[in-house]
Amino acid sequence: MRNRVVITGLGVVSPNGVGVPAFLEAIKAGQSGITFRQELANLKFSCQIGGIPPVTEAHKQQYFTELQRRGLNSSGIIYGVMAGMEAWQHAGLPAAGDPAATNEPDWDSGIIFGTGILSVDKFRESIYKVDEGQVRRLGSTVVLQIMTSGVSAYLTGMTGCGNQISANSSACATGTEALLLAYERIASGSAKRMLAGSCSDHGPYIWGGFDAMRVLPYQYNDAPERASRPLSATASGFVPGSGAGALVLESLESALERKATIYAEVLGGHMNSGGQRAGGTMTAPNPVAVKKCIETALKQTGVRAEEVDVIDGHLTATVKDPAEVTAWCEALQRQGPDFPYINSLKAMVGHCLSAAGSIECVASVLELYNGFIYPSVNSEDIHPDIIARIDAGRIPRQSIQKEITIVAKANFGFGDVNACVLLKKFQS
Amino acid sequence: MQTKEELITTLKTIVKPYVQDEQAFEHVTEETDFIRDLKINSANLVDIALDVEEAYDIEIDNESMEKMLTVGAAIEIIQEKLAAK
Repeated sequence: MRNRVVITGLGVVSPNGVGVPAFLEAIKAGQSGITFRQELANLKFSCQIGGIPPVTEAHKQQYFTELQRRGLNSSGIIYGVMAGMEAWQHAGLPAAGDPAATNEPDWDSGIIFGTGILSVDKFRESIYKVDEGQVRRLGSTVVLQIMTSGVSAYLTGMTGCGNQISANSSACATGTEALLLAYERIASGSAKRMLAGSCSDHGPYIWGGFDAMRVLPYQYNDAPERASRPLSATASGFVPGSGAGALVLESLESALERKATIYAEVLGGHMNSGGQRAGGTMTAPNPVAVKKCIETALKQTGVRAEEVDVIDGHLTATVKDPAEVTAWCEALQRQGPDFPYINSLKAMVGHCLSAAGSIECVASVLELYNGFIYPSVNSEDIHPDIIARIDAGRIPRQSIQKEITIVAKANFGFGDVNACVLLKKFQS
Repeated sequence: MQTKEELITTLKTIVKPYVQDEQAFEHVTEETDFIRDLKINSANLVDIALDVEEAYDIEIDNESMEKMLTVGAAIEIIQEKLAAK
């Protein structure tokens, strides 16, 4: 028998809000986290805007000891650890130093915390030293920060988790994939609790490659808040973002036993690839695979297409948005006024790359728990190919107060990889 | 050159951020072992060596670093390197 899996903790470090309370207020209000970045202008980027979470020194002191802050030069680790620990403590679980913490590892709790590339600033610092013949002066902190599993490793010490500890990577599908991997581990009975999340560093060394590919918007350097335009006719590329999201997944049994607050249920989902065939490439999804991923997710979770209330899309604000809407229409066999509500968090925070799936999953869970649908801002001029398929009213311009039961959340990544998860309002 | 007492004081300042046992740190002697007594993470010994190098403008070779496990051994190495300057 498979275990039911619920969400009992949330953590987020987003360009428009650090911590769940601030993030919830921001997404209800449609508040942008995109700002002009002088550093990018100085470096002659075409796109000189980005989404960077407003993390302060006080935040760092709250989550890292003085020793841990020595030589720490990694926005990804800071975001990941902050979101991970917020989720863990939000779930009422003991952190190192808490009176309830013991010296025995928590064998029933594990961590899957993904990323695309970690600690590029630390890596840059060490490359300079190595090239100058100063390898012996690197100190002890380089490896721990640049290994892909760096965030999981830090979180292990802070939580005492003793089940599977790992880091996944599937480009922009990383966060959603982390959630599904964690779900599977609990559903199959291998763990009772899993901390699932993902993060992305910020800055020119992460974003430069995308700028060079000409996939970022260059027309909005003087109007950053209007730049990220998913679903819009004037969408002209994705705004680069960063941050982290984290969720504590737990077997229903364990959550009830602990009397934990349950924020939503994870019904499951599906992950696949288009094999870079039939329109799929290294950078574009095979539309058949996207459709199949959604269809299979529905089938495996037993959710009927008409039950989906909200689609939290991947919707990056590129020319691929209309194709994504078409895939949803075909997979759900719903269109026009019958189409579910659809929104994209990227309109507010940009595309947080490997962190996107996790931050967006946190947003979806907040919608289910609090009974609202966040606005998909900057979509006043809906793309003609989208308006031909769905009613304009299905894209919320303002926050909608409404009890919703099922959110379908998908993310698609470079390499032609897809992940779709179905989240449900918790009903015992 | 600093006296042995002065060297110990400087070394204590260098070592302090890495110490995990504050109580043992209160009673540092030449016999104090960095890992066993002060509970310093062994990976941090390289960071301590780098901080010592910077503070005294000396270079601690691999062989010396391997011996640098107690306060007394560290002082001896610093004195030796300073004398060789």
